Amino acid sequence: MADGAAPTAAGPAARLSRDGLPLLLFALLAAAPFAGFGDGASLTLMARAMILALAATGLWLLVGGAGLISLGHAATLGCGAYAVAILDAHGITEGAIVFPVAILGAGLFAFLTGAVSLRTSGVHFIMITLAFGQMAFFTAASLAAYGGDDGYTLYGRTEFLGGRLLESRLVFHFVCLGALALVWALCRAVLASRFGRVLRATRENPLRVQAVGFSPYPYRLAAYTLAGMTGGLAGALLANATEFVSPAILAWQRSGDLLFAVILGGLGRLHGAMLGAFAFLLLEETLSHVTAHWRLLFGPLLVLAVIFLPGGLVGGLVGGRRKPGGPA
Amino acid sequence: MSAPLLALRDLRKHFGGLAVTDGVSLEVRPGEIHAVIGPNGAGKTTLIHQISGTLRPDSGQVRFLGEDVTALPFARRVRRGLARTFQITSILPGFSALENAALAVQARSGSSFRFLRPAAAEAGLNREALAALAAVGLAHRAAVPAGTLSHGEKRQLELAIAIATRPRLLLLDEPLAGAGAEETERLIGILGRLRAEYGILLVEHDMRAVFALADRISVLAQGRLVTTGTTGEIRAHPEVRAAYLGEDEMA
Ligand SMILES: Nc1ncnc2c1ncn2[C@@H]1O[C@H](COP(=O)(O)OP(=O)(O)O)[C@@H](O)[C@H]1O
Ligand SMILES: [Mg+2]
Repeated sequence: MADGAAPTAAGPAARLSRDGLPLLLFALLAAAPFAGFGDGASLTLMARAMILALAATGLWLLVGGAGLISLGHAATLGCGAYAVAILDAHGITEGAIVFPVAILGAGLFAFLTGAVSLRTSGVHFIMITLAFGQMAFFTAASLAAYGGDDGYTLYGRTEFLGGRLLESRLVFHFVCLGALALVWALCRAVLASRFGRVLRATRENPLRVQAVGFSPYPYRLAAYTLAGMTGGLAGALLANATEFVSPAILAWQRSGDLLFAVILGGLGRLHGAMLGAFAFLLLEETLSHVTAHWRLLFGPLLVLAVIFLPGGLVGGLVGGRRKPGGPA
Repeated sequence: MSAPLLALRDLRKHFGGLAVTDGVSLEVRPGEIHAVIGPNGAGKTTLIHQISGTLRPDSGQVRFLGEDVTALPFARRVRRGLARTFQITSILPGFSALENAALAVQARSGSSFRFLRPAAAEAGLNREALAALAAVGLAHRAAVPAGTLSHGEKRQLELAIAIATRPRLLLLDEPLAGAGAEETERLIGILGRLRAEYGILLVEHDMRAVFALADRISVLAQGRLVTTGTTGEIRAHPEVRAAYLGEDEMA
């Protein structure tokens, strides 16, 4: 029972083989600054990668967990990022306030838009999440007090208890890594929980879920809200990484990129989201050094990836595939 | 006589100009297997849909345990003890057989808005799920992914899931459809044992099974109930004999 669906608890060895890859990734990221990747450019790239991975992991909860394809996930990043910007403009940079506001604000946005979106399904759901994303985008662009189209430059990074912890790139690296590892571990636990079981069942067969006495809607809405909260956290971190917030952060292209990262990584396992996000950024980074027209190469490569890695990166790697419906 | 588990009062449903359920009234009593038979297209599945709540009747009433449930959604009727199976097997193919049943146990035992504790490690859920599998003779297949079970085993699993909801009444839509001879024997045995605990509304084409299992039989044709009676009465009913039952099946 490699998938943990059996009543027997998995031993530490089994757990290591199950989660070996994500744990290895975390270890590598922890070691990277001390192994020749401690320069500013490397730390900047890794921070972006970890934040994208964090957002993708939350999105995986919807796509891989609940079978809900959202094209509006970037809007929740926007909520988190604009929470940082707006509080900054009013002189509030304390992390103990900024991060909860960013996370809860994005969660509230997801809850309200999800409450409407989840009344629909299939293509309509995709379109309505996109529409809400666009509404958020144009709202951000019209926020003249916070830079409107031009964006808003933060006075400084978020602080903790008055200490300017996030000013250090190295500290910020570990804050991002910690946030990513925490979100991954939480999502993993959620997927294996009672709640996660209902969610995974709704992806497989919503009628069957009703036939045992569950209404899928509240479970989907809770998942949508949770995913929104992770998006808010990612957005707040992203604002700190660039010290700049603009409507570009919630452009629908970013929602598309996130969705692509999730699918590229694979829907078989939760850590596919991380793999997909890292692969996505590495590819973008490498190609943009080769040619200014890197997007011309990027597209076809992504098409090839979808054709030749139907299970995504986790499906292509040995032992990465799980049976559908497993707790991820 | 005890109060009926289920009572249908003048149920009507139209699809366009077609009356698919045309004034159906019937009762299912506790401990009874009430079979509904009739040719293809008679409206048997549509009737089950309206009883279970997957379809709203145009008019009429569905009363379950003495209460009007006509306006209740599907999932809420299940929570009240009205479980069903589907003519086309509906399971969670990627879940193990045990987890399929455990989901049903979970739905009636405490909140499922629990986010951190692994559900697969909940001994209480697993124990009851295993008992439901055992009730249909599927305990030895508990760990197998449901999608890889044989056709007959999938039908057994669907019964186990329905039982795991702890129902008062089972609505079974052709539970023997597509089963081989050996599987049919096994399923008839299982259904015969279930009658002790649950009322059953059985829609079935296999007349041998119907006459072996049913206490009473209702005959449906073009949405209308032709007659309801004991197996003996139905066997003797001239119209039914002529129209819906092959003489050999009656022997
Ligand atoms: N959703 C629907 N829309 C229109 N007609 C339907 C629908 N569902 C069933 N019917 C028609 O209703 C009649 C009864 O169908 P059904 O209840 O499936 O019969 P049975 O289960 O007895 O074979 C059939 O003529 C079928 O074509
Ligand atoms: Mg039918």
